[in-house]
Amino acid sequence: MSLSTKEVNKIAWLGRIAIDDDKIEAYAHDLSGILDFVEQMSALDTSSVLPMAHPMDQAQRLRADQVTEDNQRELFQDNAPSVEAGLFLVPKVIE
Amino acid sequence: MHNKTIAELSRGLQQRHFSSLELTELFLNRIEEHNEKLNAFITVTAELAWEQAKQADLRLSSGQSNALTGIPIAQKDIFCTQGVRTSCGSKMLDNFTSPYNATVVERFNQVGAVMLGKLNMDEFAMGSSNETSYYGPVKNPWDVGTVPGGSSGGSAAAVASRIVPGATGTDTGGSIRQPAAFCGITGLKPTYGLVSRWGMIAFASSLDQGGPMARTAEDCALMLQTMAGFDEKDSTSVNRPVEDFSATLNERLAGLKIGLPKEFFGEGLDPEIATLIHEAVADYVKLGATVKEISLPNMNLSAPAYYVVAPAECSSNLARFDGVRYGYRCQNPKDLHDLYTRSRGEGFGAEVKRRILIGTYVLSAGYYDAYYLKAQKIRRLISDDFKRAFQEVDVIMGPTSPSVAFRFGEKSADPIAMYLSDIYTIALNLAGLPGMSIPVGFSKNLPVGMQIIGNYFSESRLLNVAHQYQLVTDWHHKAPAQFV
Repeated sequence: MSLSTKEVNKIAWLGRIAIDDDKIEAYAHDLSGILDFVEQMSALDTSSVLPMAHPMDQAQRLRADQVTEDNQRELFQDNAPSVEAGLFLVPKVIE
Repeated sequence: MHNKTIAELSRGLQQRHFSSLELTELFLNRIEEHNEKLNAFITVTAELAWEQAKQADLRLSSGQSNALTGIPIAQKDIFCTQGVRTSCGSKMLDNFTSPYNATVVERFNQVGAVMLGKLNMDEFAMGSSNETSYYGPVKNPWDVGTVPGGSSGGSAAAVASRIVPGATGTDTGGSIRQPAAFCGITGLKPTYGLVSRWGMIAFASSLDQGGPMARTAEDCALMLQTMAGFDEKDSTSVNRPVEDFSATLNERLAGLKIGLPKEFFGEGLDPEIATLIHEAVADYVKLGATVKEISLPNMNLSAPAYYVVAPAECSSNLARFDGVRYGYRCQNPKDLHDLYTRSRGEGFGAEVKRRILIGTYVLSAGYYDAYYLKAQKIRRLISDDFKRAFQEVDVIMGPTSPSVAFRFGEKSADPIAMYLSDIYTIALNLAGLPGMSIPVGFSKNLPVGMQIIGNYFSESRLLNVAHQYQLVTDWHHKAPAQFV
């Protein structure tokens, strides 16, 4: 399995990660190596095997649809890079 | 005094031979003296520690104490601590002050333990050598030219150098056991679901599990007692009563059935380590155990399956770091896309980016069945291998890692070589099983760890098995010369 630099650019776009142009080649090499490594899985026929999501096959717990948390917006926004009037600020999206 | 175990310190505190304030001062001084050589701590919380020690002394004098009341410990910097920077070893969270406590932290607070600080780690727990930390690598106290292992390398180095008596770690693929082995301490990765993951910054949610790291099994039992238990806030926490992990430490091992998987002793294992493991197993035979060879036929697929499941879940979990709500934001973003991509490109280190990219790829349209689903099916097969084995034996033993601590830079340029350092540990995470690493000797003057694997929720048995060995050996009491 060999990833092209074009494919790496596409994955980086999907994962929202900026990669310097001069590093794309190195990423392509490393990622191809990892995909080759995991390729060993395909040697095994698993068509009749049930996938495992939780070691005890435990299902997700449900709870009553009730408010359990207080609004702590100001506390949480203390960590935000940029806020104004309780809103998170980002560059303009709509002109 | 700093050579005493948590159990010994606890008895001293209960009998008022010394106070928690005195202990806290002693260990803070040791951190001050030695941390520069080791880089084990990212943040030291001296003021908080003084305050907690004062409270602990009050509790101790009023008789309302627990075995851990007044005991200084440190938290891996992956556990959220209210009002204290929680960096996860990343530039991304260098400026993040947690608004709340992880359940594990809350539980240590409830019993009156004293937190000395936050320990260094591989960035977002992704690494096996601590070389991926934004704060620089931790050094192995046995030889500062070698790695302490990872990702809980700060925890292992701090405990081994006696600058803290015990620390928390987390284990997604071996991150408690491998550094415990490299630094010559005792570490336990519990059954998935035993220790709450709430407030433990997520790497791969179906594999992550917190656990204790200390010098002895007895100390790990005391710490696990505080850490374990159902938590409503963790949706995968298992709701069952917590047993008394110290109660069965002294049970004899006569009749214990040990399985040695032949796949753990094949190509790639340092022969000196193989010899030491066989010697430790021979000690168990003297304690009354019987040994048989077993097989875990799908072991060879655990690393390939892991390097699909872990990156896939990591790419999903780490999507939350967007440069908008918390964490690092790039300078002068020109639009929203630029803000996301540059904040993440600049805020994450190389290994984290590699894993996000692999995870993004294997989850992208058209590849899900070939990678993630396939890996989840292999998890089932690996888990079935263990189930079969545990019908025949009580515990499984083998090496924790194929080599002793390696040198800085030795594997950092080759991701696959680094991944293979966890070749014997990751199968347990895939299956959700508990495992320990205990020191069983030295090779090339560096500690060697033996892994002990048990069935689901057999932590008491594992601790008992480890403790009985530690009663008749003294590897766990060896201290690195510089830090005696």
